[in-house]
Amino acid sequence: MILTDLHVDRARFAAGTGWSVKPEGACRAEICVPLPSEARAPDGQVDVEVVAERLGMPIVRDESHGFWALGPETRSGRALPSAHAPDLELPDFDGNPFRLSSLLGQKVLLVAWASW
Amino acid sequence: MWQELRTRLHPEGLEIVTVALDVEIEAARPFVEAAKPTHPSLIDRSHLVDEQLGVVNVPNGVWIDEDGLVVRPAEPAFPGQNPVLESLRAIDLDTLPPEAAEMLTEARKIQTDPEAYLAMILDWVERGSASRYALEPDEVLRRSQPRPVDEARAAAHFEAGEDLHRAGDHAAAIPHWREAHRLYPTNWTYRRQAWELEDPTRQGHTDAYDSSWFEDVKKIGAENYYPPVVP
Repeated sequence: MILTDLHVDRARFAAGTGWSVKPEGACRAEICVPLPSEARAPDGQVDVEVVAERLGMPIVRDESHGFWALGPETRSGRALPSAHAPDLELPDFDGNPFRLSSLLGQKVLLVAWASW
Repeated sequence: MWQELRTRLHPEGLEIVTVALDVEIEAARPFVEAAKPTHPSLIDRSHLVDEQLGVVNVPNGVWIDEDGLVVRPAEPAFPGQNPVLESLRAIDLDTLPPEAAEMLTEARKIQTDPEAYLAMILDWVERGSASRYALEPDEVLRRSQPRPVDEARAAAHFEAGEDLHRAGDHAAAIPHWREAHRLYPTNWTYRRQAWELEDPTRQGHTDAYDSSWFEDVKKIGAENYYPPVVP
């Protein structure tokens, strides 16, 4: 996810990474990774550097353009840390957001393709 | 490519979701307009499915069951046919200039098994979790792509590049994409997307990057371009 500030609110962090910061830790599906208290900033926001360190998420800084790019979790060592599908939200070709979780109850074949 | 299968299997409880890995939405749109999908058809400009599902090439399929559990991680996916390879096989090599003929000869070695993949899908749709192709969670995790820190860092660089490209600063995207390629050499989507923007369709060697589709395919052998789908 792209960040212009290393403190973000929880909802935005969850939408960008799939990990929710809760009292018990950073959680995704059945996994919760305990966090030190400084992971939750006093204003209720997430301290991205602290959470990223715990989850093994690399942070790439682009100094000249003034932003950070946060990579995915590496703690598990696999692309899928859990068999629970991430709740991806992507737009359709008219720009309407679509959530993968809206298809719960059906079998889903997700196919990645490209024009190139 | 997938609409026909969707029409056939949607009444049996399968939904198909296609996700275009294109930083340029207009490049993908004509294909979608031609296919007229009745299923969700989405655009993933920053290749989030690489990051979150372990996609490394296209086309790749991921199976998700009724409870939202991945039962097969990303793997090459063809719905009973591979139209790209079929069209390559139909071209007469003698009509091509030598460089293009060499490229086509190599590309024709690409191995896929569309019929076997379709048979797996049909079995899953019919039998659900009793299908031998619907894998247990441990096996799904084991078969998903390895995720060392370098490859996670590559995802961050790819996304940084896409953000800059989208904002109109294409030149600033190139160093990020070069770094993504260096850090994650087995990911084809990061490379093919970047090559395509410099040299559309041919994905040839340009000043921007150190390799091309053809050079990299030759290095590994086109027969290894897609890993075999393990039942």
